[in-house]
Amino acid sequence: MNPSTLLIVLLGLMAFAYHFGRKRAISAAGGVARLNTLHSLPAYYGLYAALWAGIPALLLMGLWVGFQNEILITIVKSELPPEILDGMSSGQIGLIVNDIKNLASGTIVSGVVTPEMQAAADRYTQLDQIARWAMWLAVLAVAVAGMGYAWAKTKPTMRARNRVETIFMVILVIFSSIAILTTLGIILSVLFESLLFFKSVSPLEFFFGTLWSPQTALRADQVGASGAFGAVPLFTGTLMVSAIAMLVAVPIGLMSAIYLSEYAPRRVRSYAKPTLEVLAGVPTVVYGFFAALTVAPVIRELGISLGLDVASESALAAGLVMGIMIIPFVSSLSEDVINAVPQAMRDGSYALGATQSETIRRVIIPAALPGIVGGILLAVSRAIGETMIVVMAAGLAANLTANPLDSVTTVTVQIVTLLTGDQEFDSPKTMAAFALGLTLFVVTLTLNVIALQIVRKYREQYE
Amino acid sequence: MSTTVDEMSRRTGAMSSAELSGERESRATVGDVTVANPRMVCRDVDVWYGAKQAIKGVSLDIGKNEVVSMIGPSGCGKSTFLRCLNRMNDTIDGCRVTGSIQLDGQDIYDKGLDPVPLRAQVGMVFQKPNPFPKSIYENVAYGARIHGLTNNKAELDELVSASLQKAGLWNEVKDRLDQPGTGLSGGQQQRLCIARTIAVSPEVILMDEPCSALDPIATAIIEELIDELRANYSIAIVTHSMQQAARVSQRTAYFHLGDLIEVGETNQIFTNPKHRLTEDYITGRFG
Repeated sequence: MNPSTLLIVLLGLMAFAYHFGRKRAISAAGGVARLNTLHSLPAYYGLYAALWAGIPALLLMGLWVGFQNEILITIVKSELPPEILDGMSSGQIGLIVNDIKNLASGTIVSGVVTPEMQAAADRYTQLDQIARWAMWLAVLAVAVAGMGYAWAKTKPTMRARNRVETIFMVILVIFSSIAILTTLGIILSVLFESLLFFKSVSPLEFFFGTLWSPQTALRADQVGASGAFGAVPLFTGTLMVSAIAMLVAVPIGLMSAIYLSEYAPRRVRSYAKPTLEVLAGVPTVVYGFFAALTVAPVIRELGISLGLDVASESALAAGLVMGIMIIPFVSSLSEDVINAVPQAMRDGSYALGATQSETIRRVIIPAALPGIVGGILLAVSRAIGETMIVVMAAGLAANLTANPLDSVTTVTVQIVTLLTGDQEFDSPKTMAAFALGLTLFVVTLTLNVIALQIVRKYREQYE
Repeated sequence: MSTTVDEMSRRTGAMSSAELSGERESRATVGDVTVANPRMVCRDVDVWYGAKQAIKGVSLDIGKNEVVSMIGPSGCGKSTFLRCLNRMNDTIDGCRVTGSIQLDGQDIYDKGLDPVPLRAQVGMVFQKPNPFPKSIYENVAYGARIHGLTNNKAELDELVSASLQKAGLWNEVKDRLDQPGTGLSGGQQQRLCIARTIAVSPEVILMDEPCSALDPIATAIIEELIDELRANYSIAIVTHSMQQAARVSQRTAYFHLGDLIEVGETNQIFTNPKHRLTEDYITGRFG
């Protein structure tokens, strides 16, 4: 008698409603020969009936499943002898309620089982049984009532098609608002946790402090008890790694986009383009160990042979590999905008005696520039948010340095280290992750908005 | 990006539906293809898109200071022929041109000849106005900058204003030369494209249906302009409008399914066509 069985029964009922709604519409029209007297096709009357059978019943079922437990607990609690709950904190009451439920389901309880609690558990089990049966009855009754309503409504003049389409539109609206509300929820949750963080650490210190040492002590006598939350080294680290990545990705991506869209013969393009896009399909963790185990040692040896002091985890290694990861981003976005420049522009330039490279430099790139810039900004926000490569290759030391051969750390790396492992979720140390996350989110969101704005403006130009 | 063979053969494929059933008469060109004072001389020009032949043995002269119009049903090869005259067909994959086309006695398909400077000598105006997304000034200065035609800013300014004046656009744009060329009206854009072409001092101007995207008033202005330009340039114009051909050109060539059917004085073609296909077309029996 569990809810999933009920769901299947309900689906069967909907199929039944569809079939009979359709039949009813045909007979209301006066047979198959007179279908043209119906406002809509018979299938729409069927759908109408099925939706009426299904939706109210499903809504009721959802509410029931959601609130049944809450209501049962309230009833059981109110029936407990009042002296048991006297003077208890809400946490202790929660513990008792948990015990009662565990007792009812037969799992291990935390304390001694008193006769009162055993009685309460029995009562809970009994109520639970009743509630389940009641839900079956109520849901099926609503489904049948819905069907009956649709049945009564089915007349040749009813605009079944319009009504069904309205219902579908409402469903679409609901689902899209789920996506939007989720985003909003994430933002709010990060925002509130950040506000908590900023209660213990001043925003001034966070945004302008140059010392990052988030280890706070559990006991007063521990070393490093204070904790320092100056995020500037993290931002500069992020900036440096992203800048190195863009220095790699933008020239390579842009040049290959120009070659592929303007010069490459069709055959070359058909092989080269997917190959380039394979780069985008490599998991970032693979890039990460490639950076840490292959690129970083090479850079280090190269640096040593040149007499330079290179850290084994350097911003350069992380940035280079991240740049390679971003190449397909830059190249495929740029190629799209270059291809979107109308052939007429090229013809016009050739007809004035321009060579292909003059045409590319003087007409195509300027025309495509806004789109290319937009693509690059999207790639930047990707680079800033990238985590795995920097976790593995850039290091953890929050050095405030401009030397790319040094080890740096980034915002994302620090979020990972702050939140992995066993953590207390009320100390500034963990809260700092939310503040960092919020900052990161604001930065990448701003970049994305600007980029999309630019790309859209460019698109309008040729339409 | 270049137009593919597939696309081109699809376009030219349209002509088979226009083919008249019944007897096939001679496709040899009627009328005199030569002129006394030629600028361009084309002999036995064949054009293939892949395996499909789009132009079949066309011979035609373009004289100095004359406007030659090319008419014919869609897919008859008139635009293809026009694009041979400045080697714009080179940008189409799989396009092959044989025969001889000479500009002032020089074979433009000669192996050693660079098509790039040729296109400065033989300018082209397209069906749809295609100003670059740059300022009006930069649009006109584009060719001069590429070819290094001027030595300083003053000369360039002079060239830009002279070209705009010749294209009859100067008075409308002289106060807003720094504004984008794409912001002009369709007719103004087309005159801007003509000014851009004139600025590199071509000898021949090719026009591929230059008025088909314009309203009648803009069309009238352009037609007047073409008549003025004849004093300094040779002009070949492809048009779908027979009235336009009659108004602007001295000689008319009628193309049909890749053949040049008839060439003659414009007056004679429209009043007394010699070939039955020409007569059918200009009397509106098909096309």
